[in-house]
Amino acid sequence: MVANKNIFEIKDFSIFYGDFMAVKNVTLNIEYNKISAIIGPSGCGKSTLLRSLNRMNDLIISSHVAGELFFQGVDIYHKDTDVIELRRRVGMVFQKPNPFPSSVYENVAYGPKIRGIKKKNQLDEIIENALVKADLWKEVKDKLNESGLSLSGGQMQRLCIARSLAQEPEVILFDEPTSALDPISTAHIENLLQELQKTVTIVIVTHNMQQAARISNYTAFMYLGEMVEFGDTNSIFVNPQNKLTEEYITGRFG
Amino acid sequence: MAIFDEELKDLRERVLKLGCMVENAIRDSVKALVERDSDLAKEVIKKDHLINALDVGIDEECVRLIALRQPLARDLRLITTAMKITTDLERMGDMAVNIAERALELNEEPQLKPFVNIPKMAVLAQSMVRDALDAFVTGCSRLPYEVIKRDDEVDDLTVKNFEELLSFMIQDPKRIPLAIKRTYIAKYLERIADHATNIAEMIIYMCRGKMIRHTEITDAP
Repeated sequence: MVANKNIFEIKDFSIFYGDFMAVKNVTLNIEYNKISAIIGPSGCGKSTLLRSLNRMNDLIISSHVAGELFFQGVDIYHKDTDVIELRRRVGMVFQKPNPFPSSVYENVAYGPKIRGIKKKNQLDEIIENALVKADLWKEVKDKLNESGLSLSGGQMQRLCIARSLAQEPEVILFDEPTSALDPISTAHIENLLQELQKTVTIVIVTHNMQQAARISNYTAFMYLGEMVEFGDTNSIFVNPQNKLTEEYITGRFG
Repeated sequence: MAIFDEELKDLRERVLKLGCMVENAIRDSVKALVERDSDLAKEVIKKDHLINALDVGIDEECVRLIALRQPLARDLRLITTAMKITTDLERMGDMAVNIAERALELNEEPQLKPFVNIPKMAVLAQSMVRDALDAFVTGCSRLPYEVIKRDDEVDDLTVKNFEELLSFMIQDPKRIPLAIKRTYIAKYLERIADHATNIAEMIIYMCRGKMIRHTEITDAP
């Protein structure tokens, strides 16, 4: 296979909830080690599209898809796909921090343990690495046995990022990761994402357009399930080509 | 209308007002020269602080809008354009003051010869300012491209004016001080036209999101 700069290739891809078509014939490429942001009004299908990248929509009984979605050249909706392995390689962080009700250590150890890593020293190393990468280690190294739920909101969100990183993912999907956080924690996470981007591909759904503008390399604008415009972030925010995009980002929608 | 749209409308109107004041200053400074009206020249000089104050006010408003409204896309391009073109307009105001100052000096001396090129240049420069600002308000059209083209006519007149004055100076060196002042005035008008060209280029950026400064225009509509 020729060297491909796209980690995801989405081709004429649609997602349905029963009869309802939530994502309509989207074609989009996601580049390796870039931050791609998806913006659009509520209900435009952006979270649905994001969740399709590691088949989280499978959990919704009535959902089904059409079209093709390649991850590193492999169609992830093929019947032989190992979905558990896919979700290890394509991690996810949600809007509200959702640590497990266990210690900081156990939160991060959960994935590696399930993967069969049992040796204490090996686990210790993975956990320290993940917490360092998530920029949380300094704050929690003396309280690894305390409950993950005892941390601040911003720390909990970074714990969730560490939990995801412990799985050594190639991609992390973020669904509104800072909308429940204050500006300082938000800035912290944004800096972290730009740091992580060096080793992990990031796709982020955000309602905060300034956030997309600040951190992403590429921005996609979705409306009513359709991909209206996709391009490098600077072009989208300075000189969008589509009138709908312009109206949305300048706050003159509808 | 949303508050932000009102604010942008107000910003556009302030830029237009500044443009009108500058256009009048250019017209009056040249009129003061041609009609040897020193009172009018003094008035141009006296009124320049109003132009400066409006320029500062527009800049402050632009910074406020960037900070508080976080403009994007066409709004961002409108505000950055307003900030840049007010600087050009303010400089044109200074050029009008320079013309008025030279007029005051020349009005003290006997007239060298009737003015021919300078009034033509002034009319062209004023029309460039007016059309560039019309384009600022009415949006995308051929107008800013025409303004840029007109700059060549002003440049040609500058050269013509200089050559004529040069022959005067050669014929009679005593005419040199007055002739040099006239070449200055032509130079001021030529600079005014350059600033109008800058404005037209920014209007094209505002409309199309494309910087055309220091490039050849190949795709004018």
